[in-house]
Amino acid sequence: MAEAPLLRLENVSKRFKGGRRGAPPVQALDEVSLTLAPGRLLGLVGPDAGGKTTLMRIMAGLVEPDSGTVEVLGGPVATLDRGLVGYMPQSGALYAELSVRQNLELYARLRGVEPRDSPERMDQLYRLTGLGAFRDRPSGKLSGGMRQKLAVACAVVAAPPLILLDEPSVGVDPVSRLEIWQLAQELAGPGRSVVWTTSILEDAERCDEVLLLHDGQVRYAGPPAGLAQRASGKVYFAPLSDAGRRQTLQATLELPGVITANIVGAGLRVVSRTGAAPAGDHWQPVPATAEEGFAATLDDGAVLTPSALAEAFPLRTGGENSAAIAAVGLTRRYGDFTAAQDISFTVAPGEIFGLLGPNGAGKSTTFRMLCGLLAPSSGRGTVAGRDLLTARAEAREAMGYMPQKFSLYGDLTVAANLKFVAGAYGLAGSAASAAIERVVGALGLEPYFATGTGLLPLGIKQRLALGAAVLHTPPVLFLDEPTSGVDPLIRREFWHHINAIAARGTAVLVTTHFMDEAENCDRLLLVNQSEAIAHGTPAELKRHARQGGAAATLEDAFIALIMAQRASAGAAA
Amino acid sequence: MSARDPLLWRRAGAIRAKEWAQVWLDPSTFGLVVLMPLILMFLFGSAVTLDVHGTRTGVVDQDHTRASREFINTLSRNSYFRIEEGPSVAALERGMQTGALRGIVVIPDGFETGLVRLQPLDVQLITDGSQVNTATFLTGHLRGALKEWVEAEAGELDIPVTPVLKILPRYTYNPGLESRYMLVPGAIGIVMAMIGSLLTALIMAREYERGTMEGLLATPISIPALVLSKLIPYYVLGLASTALCVVVAVFGYGLPFHGSVLALFLIASAFLAAVLGQGLLISAGTKNQFVSTQFALLSGFLPSLLLSGFLFEIDSMPTAIQWLTYIVPARYLIPSLQSVFLVGDVWKLFLPNIAILLLFGGFFFLRVTRAITRRIA
Repeated sequence: MAEAPLLRLENVSKRFKGGRRGAPPVQALDEVSLTLAPGRLLGLVGPDAGGKTTLMRIMAGLVEPDSGTVEVLGGPVATLDRGLVGYMPQSGALYAELSVRQNLELYARLRGVEPRDSPERMDQLYRLTGLGAFRDRPSGKLSGGMRQKLAVACAVVAAPPLILLDEPSVGVDPVSRLEIWQLAQELAGPGRSVVWTTSILEDAERCDEVLLLHDGQVRYAGPPAGLAQRASGKVYFAPLSDAGRRQTLQATLELPGVITANIVGAGLRVVSRTGAAPAGDHWQPVPATAEEGFAATLDDGAVLTPSALAEAFPLRTGGENSAAIAAVGLTRRYGDFTAAQDISFTVAPGEIFGLLGPNGAGKSTTFRMLCGLLAPSSGRGTVAGRDLLTARAEAREAMGYMPQKFSLYGDLTVAANLKFVAGAYGLAGSAASAAIERVVGALGLEPYFATGTGLLPLGIKQRLALGAAVLHTPPVLFLDEPTSGVDPLIRREFWHHINAIAARGTAVLVTTHFMDEAENCDRLLLVNQSEAIAHGTPAELKRHARQGGAAATLEDAFIALIMAQRASAGAAA
Repeated sequence: MSARDPLLWRRAGAIRAKEWAQVWLDPSTFGLVVLMPLILMFLFGSAVTLDVHGTRTGVVDQDHTRASREFINTLSRNSYFRIEEGPSVAALERGMQTGALRGIVVIPDGFETGLVRLQPLDVQLITDGSQVNTATFLTGHLRGALKEWVEAEAGELDIPVTPVLKILPRYTYNPGLESRYMLVPGAIGIVMAMIGSLLTALIMAREYERGTMEGLLATPISIPALVLSKLIPYYVLGLASTALCVVVAVFGYGLPFHGSVLALFLIASAFLAAVLGQGLLISAGTKNQFVSTQFALLSGFLPSLLLSGFLFEIDSMPTAIQWLTYIVPARYLIPSLQSVFLVGDVWKLFLPNIAILLLFGGFFFLRVTRAITRRIA
């Protein structure tokens, strides 16, 4: 490499003051170094709160590091010509009420491009993003995928040599994700470099180089293959029968020699701690993925034991034909916009049911109608046999709810939060104390009992949120995007509990846009653009999509289904 | 950031165009710029008045003579009073208790005789001490009415009246002594202070709250250019709002307009520079729309109302509070506005005030460009 690097960071550290009085400072970045040559695509990957955004802002000159050198385009970042860096913040920085054209032209002029003088550049951007037909639509009324494409276009409109994109593909459908990915690559082209952040490790495999950040530290830097290499020779695959998939997963996770296990495609993938295959002769060695490499990197030797959290749940068998959750034609309209159109499904006791779809597809709307947080425009829903319209309070008592955002009181201690939640669910006195003691013991929260919730590490917060949702051992559990942006070990632990709780006869409804979470579900409803586009077990959905080709994963199935929906919408229009 | 950015005007123009588009698409701006001034003008022009008109006053005539009857008739013709006669104080006292009457005038037995014989007269006025202002006004008006009547009567009866010197009051600039003449220009000042600080209090905080500030800061536009470009549309809106208020004042409330439009424009511009800057600083400091509006109301509206001389005369405030009024921009606006309406162009008054307001504006602008840094954290 004769050319000077576009980016050179050396031992960059950044520490943020604690949010509250007495809160310890947060080490956002700890001695991070990286170099990026022209024309390369760097993936900045890792779980949420790992330091990705802080690092991006440092490179964009929006955050000053405490120590270390930052050189962008050959000079110190303080003297950076901002016209040469196309930075897209995580929020997208679009004006929701302004049209696509107004947003794009604003950023074009700010970045020194007069749209009237360079019509061919504007046309090219409209063509690459596919937004040409939506020029006059307010950006707030675009689908999530289109909005992200517009935000990318606004960042790169002046064709800068360095492009910084913070989470451009978060929460969008898999088709849009691929399209945004292609957009970034087309825009990068020869001589231009892109830095792209994502919490999805799968994306890392498409980059030239990967920097894995976890808790502010670089856990890996190099080509993506090298990350997968960390688990090389330790990953095994075994086919799974459709029946008892989760039971097999659960048993495998509890094996001492296993770091993590995931259902993928038609079988189970296992990352072995020792490199030896688990017992049984059906295990085939397979190449590792980046995510598995990350899990192997993080492995702390802990072995999962059967979930004590689930043991408190009474064994609920329920009749064969009694649905724990039923949605019948749930529809929600806002003015002339339909957020959810005629959604119907049932969840049996002991079943894990997934609502899968991109952000803004209608899954949250459906979910909120079933939680009794939103009244349907038409249709009805029942939870544990109680109608959400006529017996809302009783229905709510029967459900545990874990919201997407951590929503316990940050300035109260773990103990006070649990006490409050117990009270809210109608547990009092010794029943409440017993429930709290049980949950705290089962989740290993004793050391944090008197700690303010806001100061807990991410993984502990996740545990606490789950504990709070199941204090009253409800027959129905609602989980909203439960493990988005957490590391593979936290995700493994979380699903281990959920599987065990479901095995006791609790019905679990999960919303997610992650395919690997969806693989954990018994049945799925795919939602896109307010409509249910497919319904069935993961295996059925994969088979359904395989008709068109050799699709093997749920993601392929989803892509095929969205393409079919787009095609029929196009034919209808 | 180079001092000479060749694309500065393009970038600044882009921000201005964006602000206008947002103003156009946001119905709340219309409410703030058109409806709120109209409501405030109505409140201060019509609903709030410091004048006493038709004060319900009881009269007890213990004299029953021609003179006492005539005095009561004189009072009845006076627009300050609405007279209600009663047989005795006891009979009218109930009205005082319920608040139906604000005072009782007792004309003593021997009123006429005393007048003719030039003996000292004692007309008693019972007022409601819990309504101090009304009581004071009532006392003053009754004293005046009595004096005038005695003088007129004396001429008729050919009684020599001792006082030779008479005070002939002439209330310059406000001949009718109508409080509206003072209140309406002040109200315009209050409207300007309020919309000025509210308009800008929202705009920076909104950029921070929605995360769009990060996008703007990552572009090459310089911060002073960004701040100025954001200010200009709101300055124009503030001027439009002021113009609307002036039209309402002149055509709706019949205020005279003795000054020139140029003077009004200069005064209004200088004041808007100060309050828009103040709002902007609040906005950039709090980065939160809710806190920002609360703060704008507390620091913009309330001091303008209480400490500008609009409702309460500054001269009669405690000295410490008087010092405090010097940092309230509205203090420098309202006297000028009152003059421009009621007196004419008094540049000797306007120019120092305009200069001080521009200093305020400059100070706030500098503070804002300091408060907004390239740093997001």
